[in-house]
Amino acid sequence: MTDSAFLTALELVIGLDADLLDIVGLSLKISLTAVAIAALLAFPLGAALALFRFPGRAPLIVTLNALMGLPPVVAGLAVYLLLSRAGPLGSLGLLFTPTAMVVAQVILVLPILAALTRQKVEELHGEYAEQLASIGVSRRRRIPTLLWDARLSLITVVLAGFGRASAEVGAVMIVGGNIDGVTRVMTTAIVLETSKGNLPLALGLGIVLLTLVGVINALAHLLGEATRRQLG
Amino acid sequence: MTRYQASTPASALLSGALLVAGLAVCATSAQAEDEPPFITLASTTSTQNSGLFDAIIPSFTEDSGIDVRVVAVGTGQAFEIARRGDADSLLVHDTAGEEAFVADGYATERADVMYNDFVLIGPAEDPAGIRDADSAAEALNLIADNASPFASRGDDSGTNRAELRLWESAGVEPGGDWYRELGSGMGATLNTAAGMGAYVMSDRATWVAFDNRQDLELLFEGDEVLFNQYGSLKLSPERHPELKHDLADQWHDWLLSEAGQQAIGDFEVKGQQLFFPNADGE
Repeated sequence: MTDSAFLTALELVIGLDADLLDIVGLSLKISLTAVAIAALLAFPLGAALALFRFPGRAPLIVTLNALMGLPPVVAGLAVYLLLSRAGPLGSLGLLFTPTAMVVAQVILVLPILAALTRQKVEELHGEYAEQLASIGVSRRRRIPTLLWDARLSLITVVLAGFGRASAEVGAVMIVGGNIDGVTRVMTTAIVLETSKGNLPLALGLGIVLLTLVGVINALAHLLGEATRRQLG
Repeated sequence: MTRYQASTPASALLSGALLVAGLAVCATSAQAEDEPPFITLASTTSTQNSGLFDAIIPSFTEDSGIDVRVVAVGTGQAFEIARRGDADSLLVHDTAGEEAFVADGYATERADVMYNDFVLIGPAEDPAGIRDADSAAEALNLIADNASPFASRGDDSGTNRAELRLWESAGVEPGGDWYRELGSGMGATLNTAAGMGAYVMSDRATWVAFDNRQDLELLFEGDEVLFNQYGSLKLSPERHPELKHDLADQWHDWLLSEAGQQAIGDFEVKGQQLFFPNADGE
């Protein structure tokens, strides 16, 4: 079984199977878009949480941390009810589209990115707070400064978010519907092939997915190394 | 503090990645505008897992220019999707439920499309001895008396509803350690049954197309109570005026037409016909 799974994976990759390319492309497009949107929101949010003191800050941080464990299927169900025709945003007709899948994944990834960004920036701020205060940098101005300075750690944060997005199946299955050629991604294809009893193909797809995530992590690592070298 | 260069390779790459992601979103929405017309069909896992839709939808699309996007779920969930207005058309297999759906005003019309049958599957050594049963009711009684593991879908699907009706007519109230409700689709239930050597009721199409049988064998078939009818429903324009009723009607009519019935009858897996068209009421 395992042998044939590896062979299947190899055949799929070498043969550049057209369906597989579509599925892989859609997986990447959805998860990368979701992570990019989540990052745009989460970086400033996380940094602001690290720098500002306001009432309700502690509960907010705890909530964000807790939401890192939000079950994908719950996020999916919430987005389903939101986007369903009978729901508040039903008139947009977004259910069972890639956009709905991006929305669900943003909800899943945002807490992870924001919570980890908050922690990294807070650590960094502990080191530089006096220095920044002495040259009179306001707290608001410190946000971009500290985010930029934390960029190496933030790459890892983004990867954690991407890992979550590309690996989950519960949310995209519910809001995407696993429609062939439209909303079928790697993880939902694996579920489908498993339920057909086509286990070697399912495992083969799993191996392709893992390899892909590995490649992306390797690229991020190289990016980090390049930055580190440049900074000396 | 590090220096702030306007453009390091890292920032260039990061902004590049953001740009690509942004473009991807734009591309997706641009595609959406000039894509061909399509309908969303809520249907069952049995029809999808067997490969029926992959075989028949291309002929319909060729005839009509309409693509059919299938969301395959259990029949109970398919009804819920249609009730909420999230599908344009419905193809399921629970005649009683379908008629209630029409009576409740969610659909205007239901029609027989095709049928096949349910079969009882179990471990090859057949500990409960159902191979020689005279009826499905007897087979179920043998399983219950022997307390042999039985894997039930437990997901309010058409197959699950049919199974529960069979237990009822067999005079058995299933329960206890041996009766395991999985809450899974047909294929996933067969995988689990194979893993724990349990009996299971499956639709014939999923069983024939299923590849991970391990020790499972078809043990009982042929009782007329195992009949499995599939029906197509026209959803109500009054309940959900925003749906693509014109396109969905074309699909419904095509399924019942000679071309549609022919396509269903021609579909084979491993040399075996899995669905028998019966729109003409044969």
